[in-house]
Amino acid sequence: MEWLISISIGVMTAAGVFLTLRARTFPVVLGLTLLAYAVNVFLFTMGRLNSGLPAVINDVQTQYADPLPQALVLTAIVIAFGMTAFLIVLALKARSELGNDHVDGIHLANDEESLDQLVPPKKATQSAGGER
Amino acid sequence: MLLETFMPVLLPLISGILVLLARSGGIGLQRVVSLTAVVALILVNLNAMQIAIQLPPQVYALGNWVAPFGIVMVLDKLSATLVLVTSLLAIAALWYAVRQKIDAQGSHFHVLFHIQLFGLNGAFMTGDVFNLFVFFEVLLLASYGLLLHGGGRLKTRAGLHYVALNLVGSTLFLFAVGALYGILGTLNLADMAVKISTLSPADQGVVASAGLMLLLVFGIKAAMFPLYLWLPQAYANTSAPVAALFAIMTKVGLYAIIRIHGTLFGEQAGDLAYIHIPWVLWLGLITLFMAALGAVASRNLREQVAYLVLASVATLLIGIGINNIEAMSATIFYLIHSTLIAGAMFLLADWIRQGRGEAQDEFISAHAMPNAILVGSIFMVAAIAMTGLPPLSGFMGKLLILSSALTHPQFFWILGVVLVSGLLMIIAMARSGSLLFYNVLPEEKCHTIDGKDVCQTPKTLPLNGAASVIGLLSVAIILVVFAKPFHEFTSSAAAQVFDRNLYQQQVLQVQPIANPLKELVE
Repeated sequence: MEWLISISIGVMTAAGVFLTLRARTFPVVLGLTLLAYAVNVFLFTMGRLNSGLPAVINDVQTQYADPLPQALVLTAIVIAFGMTAFLIVLALKARSELGNDHVDGIHLANDEESLDQLVPPKKATQSAGGER
Repeated sequence: MLLETFMPVLLPLISGILVLLARSGGIGLQRVVSLTAVVALILVNLNAMQIAIQLPPQVYALGNWVAPFGIVMVLDKLSATLVLVTSLLAIAALWYAVRQKIDAQGSHFHVLFHIQLFGLNGAFMTGDVFNLFVFFEVLLLASYGLLLHGGGRLKTRAGLHYVALNLVGSTLFLFAVGALYGILGTLNLADMAVKISTLSPADQGVVASAGLMLLLVFGIKAAMFPLYLWLPQAYANTSAPVAALFAIMTKVGLYAIIRIHGTLFGEQAGDLAYIHIPWVLWLGLITLFMAALGAVASRNLREQVAYLVLASVATLLIGIGINNIEAMSATIFYLIHSTLIAGAMFLLADWIRQGRGEAQDEFISAHAMPNAILVGSIFMVAAIAMTGLPPLSGFMGKLLILSSALTHPQFFWILGVVLVSGLLMIIAMARSGSLLFYNVLPEEKCHTIDGKDVCQTPKTLPLNGAASVIGLLSVAIILVVFAKPFHEFTSSAAAQVFDRNLYQQQVLQVQPIANPLKELVE
């Protein structure tokens, strides 16, 4: 079981790293999700792999399954879920505002000029506040 | 185990919820609640500081679960200093946002602001590694919202990089914490330090790699070379009060290095003692040099200020890397100075951007801005403080760090890099100051920016939020005038950081509060 778990964590991490390094936002989101899955399984195994053991200690039972990693995994899942949801929304926002789904926006040396033709000028005047 | 020691964390959470509830009363009510809450936070933090000065590190056990089983909050001199500095920076940033009406550009600015403070204060006070992760996520999620506040193309692009990078950082954090828990069987910082001191040699490799992975995570937060590339764009493109508040964000990473690595890999750790120190020192030196080059190469003022923030982070990393009590004292002194002055600098850059019309804060000639003499004078004071020239506190901080480096074996490199980078930053600031204020176009002449003819700057420049800028900059003078008491305080705080036994003792020997109703339950 140790081999299976460690190989699956490794494969998920490798796939996650590969996808995170892609240039489009959707593979990056998928990559980060895979990394989050990998780390969740990793955290889970840190309580050691065993089966059929109770989570509480009593006088009869000397061996027990460590409940703490499960609590940690639960927290990590919730946080990763929230973060991923946020990142997807941000990626959609970037897609609509930048005009494409490249992580750096438009990949041209003079992206300022090319964007003026792509994005309606309305956007630029609306957000006069912090825009350069 | 006083509730006062926990209030700096609890208050921003409550006020964040209150501000959210006040939303139906309109932005006016939100502003009143928000400003009142931050003023209250300063008072609470001053009280916490008084407790920290008078008593040894105070421990608050959440839910009455004592360490190492429950989560503890620890209030010592270092964490009290950081929460106090955060609240001072927060009131200045918030006042500026209210006066400039930046908070009305999008919804929930005030709510996010308070949740950000909650995350920051929690990260500064927690004594539990996994809880630190949770507070990191709280402050990051709030910072994502604040970074994008007001909208705009460049903000979105910088925000996307920032969010993706920090998600990778969170994943690495979990890997590191998981590995540490797997070996040590505890998440309480003080208990982990005890366990590391009795670690079997077979497990040392795993703990060392997990420790260095944690350094990588904090390096992302602190913007340590080569993980600093997200910072200039993110800080330069966000709105001014948010950038000012973010001056403390990089310091969270530094604080975590001092707290986590300083506690886990102190002298007691045997073979693992100080494994992070060479990395921190050398990467700090490289970061400082790269930041100085970045400041020289910047194309606009806000980008330059972002690189100067990076330089201050690098100087602090070097201070940590020198690794003695004098250097730690100097680091804390310079941390107070650099955080508040960087905040002032971002607000000042926003004034200059507004005053120069379409030229914004680009380093190109434009027409003279209104109030140029006043703004220029303030800029000069801020630049002197920021680059560390006498007589302001930046000089004091750098002097203290350099004097503590004299006995270090690598003192040649430390002095060389700090002084050369300091010179580069002075040149960069002198150049940008003269470009912005002296190299002005004649009144009648138009010039072309991005294909558009620009003929004039705004007629007037309302200097709203001047209290924030002046207040933050006056810290540079106060720190120099009262340098002796401040230095004595930072020295005692540094001594407390290095007194790891006291920290462990205080955390692990805390007693639960006796429950007067226990008989009823049983």
